[in-house]
Amino acid sequence: MAEPVISTAQIGTFRHSLFEFWRYFRENPGAVAGLYFILLVLFCAIFADLISPWDPTQQNRDALLQPPVWQEGGSWDYIIGTDAVGRDLLSRIIHGARFSMFIGAMVVTLSMSAGVMLGLIAGYFRGRIETVIMRIMDVILAFPSLLLALGLVAILGPALINAMIAIAIVLLPHFVRLTRSSVMSEKNKEYVIASRLAGAGHLRLMINTILPNCMAPLIVQGTLSFSNAILDAAALGFLGMGAQPPTPEWGAMLAEAREFILRAWWVVTFPGLAILLTVLSINLMGDGLRDALDPKMKRS
Amino acid sequence: MFRFLLSRLMMIVPTFIGVTIAAFSFIRLLPGDPILLMAGERGVTPERRAELEQVMGFDRPLWEQYLGFLGDLLQGDLGVSIVTKAPVLEEFLGRFPATIELSVIAIIFAVALGLPAGVIAAVRRGSIFDHTVMGVSLTGYSMPIFWWGLLLIILFSGILGWTPVSGRISFLYYFEPVTGFMLIDSLLSGQSGAFQSAVMHLILPAVVLGTIPLAVIARQTRSAMLEVLSEDYVRTARAKGLSPARVIGVHALRNALITVVTVIGLQVGVLLAGAILTETIFAWPGIGKWMIDSIFRRDYPSVQGGLLMIASIVMLVNLIVDLTYGLINPSIRHER
Repeated sequence: MAEPVISTAQIGTFRHSLFEFWRYFRENPGAVAGLYFILLVLFCAIFADLISPWDPTQQNRDALLQPPVWQEGGSWDYIIGTDAVGRDLLSRIIHGARFSMFIGAMVVTLSMSAGVMLGLIAGYFRGRIETVIMRIMDVILAFPSLLLALGLVAILGPALINAMIAIAIVLLPHFVRLTRSSVMSEKNKEYVIASRLAGAGHLRLMINTILPNCMAPLIVQGTLSFSNAILDAAALGFLGMGAQPPTPEWGAMLAEAREFILRAWWVVTFPGLAILLTVLSINLMGDGLRDALDPKMKRS
Repeated sequence: MFRFLLSRLMMIVPTFIGVTIAAFSFIRLLPGDPILLMAGERGVTPERRAELEQVMGFDRPLWEQYLGFLGDLLQGDLGVSIVTKAPVLEEFLGRFPATIELSVIAIIFAVALGLPAGVIAAVRRGSIFDHTVMGVSLTGYSMPIFWWGLLLIILFSGILGWTPVSGRISFLYYFEPVTGFMLIDSLLSGQSGAFQSAVMHLILPAVVLGTIPLAVIARQTRSAMLEVLSEDYVRTARAKGLSPARVIGVHALRNALITVVTVIGLQVGVLLAGAILTETIFAWPGIGKWMIDSIFRRDYPSVQGGLLMIASIVMLVNLIVDLTYGLINPSIRHER
């Protein structure tokens, strides 16, 4: 493939860096496959009402635990079968995409914005405030993530929104630590000193000057946190501490399906497969992002 | 070396105090009246309420309550379970061996498979084996382990009928626990078939719990080996004419192991979090299942004590990993 021509005027612009990023990202077939799958999941999440064959909560009493179409007793009405109260599995999984994507997006937004802010303050001002912030993060890190999330949900009460807040808190230290260390390494570089000499205030230095140069690792961490959030939320749903039935959240669906595992393999297999494939795709994408954004890896 | 040790120990003190504050706040952060919450639906008479308030110390100022909590803690008193009326520490220690046994077998499984897989993948970089190992380990890393456990139950217990579905040993065997470790106790009991039964009960949970550590260890071993293999001393060893096995096994692997040992140590937190899910699926009577049951039974003193114990264990193990890392890697030790 011919190398695209880039004029000197374009270099350094946002479009150029986006273009360059895509060039590196595309070289990793796993990452591209992951991206396509996530786009599919996003499509399902956005158009769930249009594309799912049934209402996800509609109980069809004449089709309880019906197997998938290719197995004896299956029908095209319910392509991958129905659950114990006759709800169409495919429709529930399609609607579940909504919850997983929403959970991931909300948790990462919450955790990243709070984490970046705390990390910026800690790395920029140092001193006592840094000690306080970092010791609190150490305390959060001392608890195994799922256990802390469970404890927080026990305080807040079992519900999807509380599960999301709990997971955001659990993921917070990673963003704080990452931002702090990037800020510390950027802070004394010449461009920052130049900006300070030009009279820029603390806020401007922190947000306009330093932060944009710390974004690459944060984007990668954001992707990893997205998949962690989906996994943890599904685990909480599975334990009955996240989304509550009859919400078609994948983890909660697995919890409901547990008692039928030896009788109806499909009610257990498909929701879990949806979780695995979504998380795997995001992780593949994360690997590709890291390679594409890491300047050390780039060949000039 | 002494200074390094001291600085690490000093760092853990504020974290530990923070953890105790977090655990102390736990009951007080619960929405509503904790005593009403603990009493449940039966409600509580005013006299009993005053009594409970005094027992729990809620009538004293907060700082006094905290100091009392800390004092009890240092004497090994974590409070009393609301449900069983037994000391929380006793409940915890009674179940801990089950979790340790499961975790140890899981980590042995993870290291036994992950280490060689990572080494071979690094040595044959770019080969089909390498791609397979990386693909499988990324899948393992992305695995919702509660689902993975259910799948294994469908296959090995449902379809093949090889392994039991839950518990630590068949009901056919009964003996007094000596060590709390079923593998050892079943051997000590001398009953024929008991050990075998314990092993069969342990296999699936250990595989499920070991899956994520296995993926992490394989990936990290591979990258550590790749880094070491490009070092000058490895090239020198090759140039001296040493056999490939010696270069990889002695010169490269020993140095790569510094990173890998740290990674293995840091899996303790992952194991304890994973134990919650694994023990729930397999009805394994360890601390993970106990924590979940306590949360559902609203046995808040148990949840509080459990959180504190688990966080302390994770901190302690991380400290040991840190110190060992400093011991084997001089460049870290002298860093100030």
